[in-house]
Amino acid sequence: MDTIKVVAAIILTIYLFPFLSFGFQSDELLVDDEEFGLEGAPQPRFPEPTSTRSAPVTTATRKRHSDLDSDSKIEFSLDHAFGDSDFSPAGTFSARIKTWSHGGQTLTKLRFSRNNFTSEEQKKFKNLLESDDFYRIRLPSNVLSPPGRDFIISSVKARCLPREGLDEHFVIHLEGVNVLAVNYGSPGSCSYPRNLKLPVKWSFSSYTVLKNSEQAPRAPIFTEEILGGENGGGEVVQPPERSFWAKYWMYLIPLGLIITNAITQAMNMPEEQATGQVPASAGMVQRGPSSAARRR
Amino acid sequence: MPITHAFLLFFIFSSLQPTLSLYEDQVGLTDWHQQYIGKVKQAVFHTHKTGRKRVVVSTEDNVIATLDLRRGEIFWRHVLGHNDVVDGIVIALGKYVITLSSEGSILRAWNLPDGQMVWESSLHGPKHSKSLLVMTNVVIEKDNVVIIFSNGRLHAVSCIDGEVLWNKDFEVESLKVQKVIQPPGSNFVYVVGFAASSHFEMYQINAKNGELLKHESAAFSGGFSGEVSLVSSETLVALDSTGLILLRIRFHKGNVSIQQTPISNLVEDSLGPAVIIPSSIMELFAIKINAVTIFIRVTGTGKLEVVEKANHETAVGDALSISEGQQAFGLVQHAGRDIHLTVKLAHDWGGDLLKESIKMDQQRGLVHKVFINNYVRTDGSYGFRALIVMEDHSLLLLQQGAIVWSREDGLASIIDVTTSELPVERAGVSVAKVELNLFEWLKGHMLKLKGTLMLASPEDIAAIQYMRLKSSEKSKMTRDHNGFRKLLIALTRAGKLFALHTGDGRIVWSLLLQSLHKSEACQHPIGLNLCPWQVPHHHALDENPSVLVVGRCGPSSDAPGVISFVDSYTGKELSSSSLVHSVAQVIPLPYTDSTEQRLHLLIDADKHAHLYPKTPEAIGIFQREFSNIYWYSVEDDNGIIKGYALKSKCDGTVADKFCFGSRELWSIVLPSESEKIIATVTRKLNEAVHTQAKLIAADQDVMYKYISRNLLFVATVAPKASGEIGSVTPEESWLVVYLIDTVTGFVLHRVTHHGSQGPVEAVFSENWVVYHYFNLRAHRYEMSVIEIYDQSWADNKDVWKLVVGKHNLTSPISSYSRSEVVTKSQSYFFTHSLKAIAVTSTAKGITSKQLLIGTIGDQVLALDKRFLDPRRSVNPTQAEREEGIIPLTDSLPIIPQSYITHNLRVEGLRGIITVPAKLESTTLVFAHGLDLFFTHFAPSRTYDSLTEDFSCALLLITIVVLVAAIFVTWVLSQRKELQDKWR
Repeated sequence: MDTIKVVAAIILTIYLFPFLSFGFQSDELLVDDEEFGLEGAPQPRFPEPTSTRSAPVTTATRKRHSDLDSDSKIEFSLDHAFGDSDFSPAGTFSARIKTWSHGGQTLTKLRFSRNNFTSEEQKKFKNLLESDDFYRIRLPSNVLSPPGRDFIISSVKARCLPREGLDEHFVIHLEGVNVLAVNYGSPGSCSYPRNLKLPVKWSFSSYTVLKNSEQAPRAPIFTEEILGGENGGGEVVQPPERSFWAKYWMYLIPLGLIITNAITQAMNMPEEQATGQVPASAGMVQRGPSSAARRR
Repeated sequence: MPITHAFLLFFIFSSLQPTLSLYEDQVGLTDWHQQYIGKVKQAVFHTHKTGRKRVVVSTEDNVIATLDLRRGEIFWRHVLGHNDVVDGIVIALGKYVITLSSEGSILRAWNLPDGQMVWESSLHGPKHSKSLLVMTNVVIEKDNVVIIFSNGRLHAVSCIDGEVLWNKDFEVESLKVQKVIQPPGSNFVYVVGFAASSHFEMYQINAKNGELLKHESAAFSGGFSGEVSLVSSETLVALDSTGLILLRIRFHKGNVSIQQTPISNLVEDSLGPAVIIPSSIMELFAIKINAVTIFIRVTGTGKLEVVEKANHETAVGDALSISEGQQAFGLVQHAGRDIHLTVKLAHDWGGDLLKESIKMDQQRGLVHKVFINNYVRTDGSYGFRALIVMEDHSLLLLQQGAIVWSREDGLASIIDVTTSELPVERAGVSVAKVELNLFEWLKGHMLKLKGTLMLASPEDIAAIQYMRLKSSEKSKMTRDHNGFRKLLIALTRAGKLFALHTGDGRIVWSLLLQSLHKSEACQHPIGLNLCPWQVPHHHALDENPSVLVVGRCGPSSDAPGVISFVDSYTGKELSSSSLVHSVAQVIPLPYTDSTEQRLHLLIDADKHAHLYPKTPEAIGIFQREFSNIYWYSVEDDNGIIKGYALKSKCDGTVADKFCFGSRELWSIVLPSESEKIIATVTRKLNEAVHTQAKLIAADQDVMYKYISRNLLFVATVAPKASGEIGSVTPEESWLVVYLIDTVTGFVLHRVTHHGSQGPVEAVFSENWVVYHYFNLRAHRYEMSVIEIYDQSWADNKDVWKLVVGKHNLTSPISSYSRSEVVTKSQSYFFTHSLKAIAVTSTAKGITSKQLLIGTIGDQVLALDKRFLDPRRSVNPTQAEREEGIIPLTDSLPIIPQSYITHNLRVEGLRGIITVPAKLESTTLVFAHGLDLFFTHFAPSRTYDSLTEDFSCALLLITIVVLVAAIFVTWVLSQRKELQDKWR
């Protein structure tokens, strides 16, 4: 049991972000192996494509031009809006940018600090809950030179967020230092029709996941051997000789039936001759239609 | 072991598609094929020789064809490539058709009788220019010469072998050559054109060797505009840049003189600038001011005089030399329902050689082009026939005051297709004219019986085949039980609607839409969409279905829209209107009002949504579902995808309660330096999915398909790699595909194919998407499949939960619930590049699916979806094999028998449309391009109906014979029994 608990705790710490309402917890993000690469682990799986994909954006102000594979810290803000209102700051993402020797840049170690709702914001949010309206957030599309080309907007029906507190879940789709999209919503289900439920605690618990593009599986390339097995490299594969039964079963079954029929007939013949006196009636027992006729 | 393995493979492959192919006698039973050429832009007659009279045409769809003048059938046809536009055609040596195409850079000669290509030469030059092709009668070393001006250079090419004999560049930089003229009987050509917009340049060039004989130029301060008309071999007529002054330019013997005549001197009440109708008729030309066509004669002394002002729509044909020094030309004028064809002599306006009046179908619109040809009548006089091209792109041959034949070539450019059910068969509707009488019915069945019993003679077999092909059953105008008979309603580029019967492909009705007609308010109308508007189910007996046609005035997306409603049975336009707003998107909503009119949202360029129909009831329905309506837009050019919800009111100033504003909910911004959207695909709205569960037999498990109607497939490539295949290295190119939920904007799946590039063709169905692209590393085309499964349903597998009712199967699904999806994908090589891809669709979605692939060879290939199963592995287990999983191969097989177009080609294939029939096993497939092809297709055989050649008569007769035999034997046995008893 204990081990299970430990595992559960580890999983939780991997996914959960510490947030303000909790007691002290290290704000060090325990990086998810899959998403961020393990701290201290050997060189994380480098997404080779990135090298060609993201043109290096040079922002002298933020990036330290030190060694290759250098790190630099970066911050970008999350804005939110209630319904159709204007966007206002709601929190800050901070992350490290890893610059690879070939010019590619990736974002790692993302942390998020959420500002608590002010009382006015709480009121606005309550209004949203009552009118079942949208709570909208936005992020810059380029983290180095915000807002980039445009803001990335995402929204959720406000009634999806409240659980105990306010639960939110960010999946940020990245391409180098560009944010492509953000999936923003509640971490669990949000069943329809949405019921009005006010949160007990007015604090956010946020979950953040960074996602980079996956590599497509390569089309399988077969060696000649296997190909040869399939169609013999041009020579026609002769279907193996089928057994006698497999070939002629459709003839054999009726033949068998006819033979058995003939045998029973032959068996009856001597009987008929033996009874002699009433050959017709005995024969009629054998023959269906005539016996039916007789019954009439 | 390998032998058994191979045998297994062989067995699986052979058992996969047993009946996709047809027998020879099944061709034409359910399929039909129609060949078209598109709107004719040039026609050359070939009627001098005895034998088959023909006309050579080139069309706007880059087709070169010869047509039979007697019946209008195609003798041969060549479809040139997409960017190989035909600039000119001539007939040389009486046996070659010479065509100039590809902006004047390719010259080809085709053998006239059979259409074989004889030679091809490519012509290059320093710059782009107008391309002109002139047949000359100059002979250089026994070679007839054709002179071409293209790409800023003059070429002389031998007609025999296409060899370039000489070429000549012109030193004037800005020269825009208008005409190349060879005066009859001379050995030189004039090349005339404008330079720097105010200079007229004339070059006289020796046609034998390209030597420059003379160069003259004349300046005219007013400038030149538009086209020119040739009124003699040494005189041109042009307009100045204002379009108000006529210029007669004469370059006799190398002396250029320009004579000005203001149009107002000729025509008193001339309004606005004129346009020259380009022609080359001796001493005559035509100009057009507004809608009035004015014919002006140029006399020998240089005087201009108006000979006629035609207020009706008029089309003028080119001149035709009928005898020495005599030219005739054709003229078609509209007068109400009739058209008047007049053939006049060029020098004698009053004397008509021919004047005919022909009743013309109103649905063909105006005459756009006229080509005349002469023949000698039986009494020795000249007769004329005219080939006319109409507004709806149809082609007609007129002769002796009648339409000899017509071709509906508008069908070569279909924009959108929808289907409509036929009327229900009922007592009041007489279908007797297609019904056979009893005798013929009996005769038919006797013949069939003979055929079944193999007693039929060859004539009988032919008769049976004819009967099968011409079966009245399939071309009836009523609904059938199997849902095979439908109307295919097609919108063409000319703005005409056609209703085709699926049984035999005939045109049931056609309608030239008034709303898509060129008018003052709407200069360049184009059709956009065709949607079913009203599909009566409850009132199917007394109401006709109708379709909605959406178009707009002009190519830009903010041009005002037009809509019209057309009755699907009668082809009458019920109503039409031009809209105040533009149309960027048409969204059919899944709601209908009490008259079963479907609600539609038209999104304009300012992202306002307009609800149609504009009725209070529609508003009521719409308001109920208001908060659940979302829409999205894809801005391909800057790589932004945005999602919207609706706002209750339009932002605009005008209070319009059918107009709704929109609010941006989500946006996805693709980095412009690394991604460019090249394809977006969604699921078909009306697709039926039979079950959400997919049974995985191998591990006794169930997977739930993620079936959402709001999924969008987006494919992007590196901006560098958006060009031709091979223009980038594999390192510089990549293809990223996205699956996006269009309500929430969630990116459900994103995957990158490195070293791949477009073009991408994709099809989305149920929970899978299949897409086709080019793999630069493997130098091959690839097809990939992505299947999406929903994990959040996975806990519904417990039977006890189902029994007790603790499941979430009945709860509504919300896009805002975080969905846990898993995807499976796999890539395979595919040999062909493809033009279109579609998937079969059946009534209930039970029948397994096949992909319909429009190959580069313009055929439609059926490919079982099982070949594109991501679960294929090299050695499937026994359980997987039973489930139908095919062992993994690296490429997809192309089985020759699975071409559903069998030996036909759908030239210029553009789209494949599948429509479910009522019979679950069958789907109706319509492929369109230049040609049309229709067939029935059963992806897993017709398991729910008897085959077409099943003889009911034989079955009946067998039963009757058996019953009779029972009675006979019964009587016989009774008699025998009686005799026995009496013994």
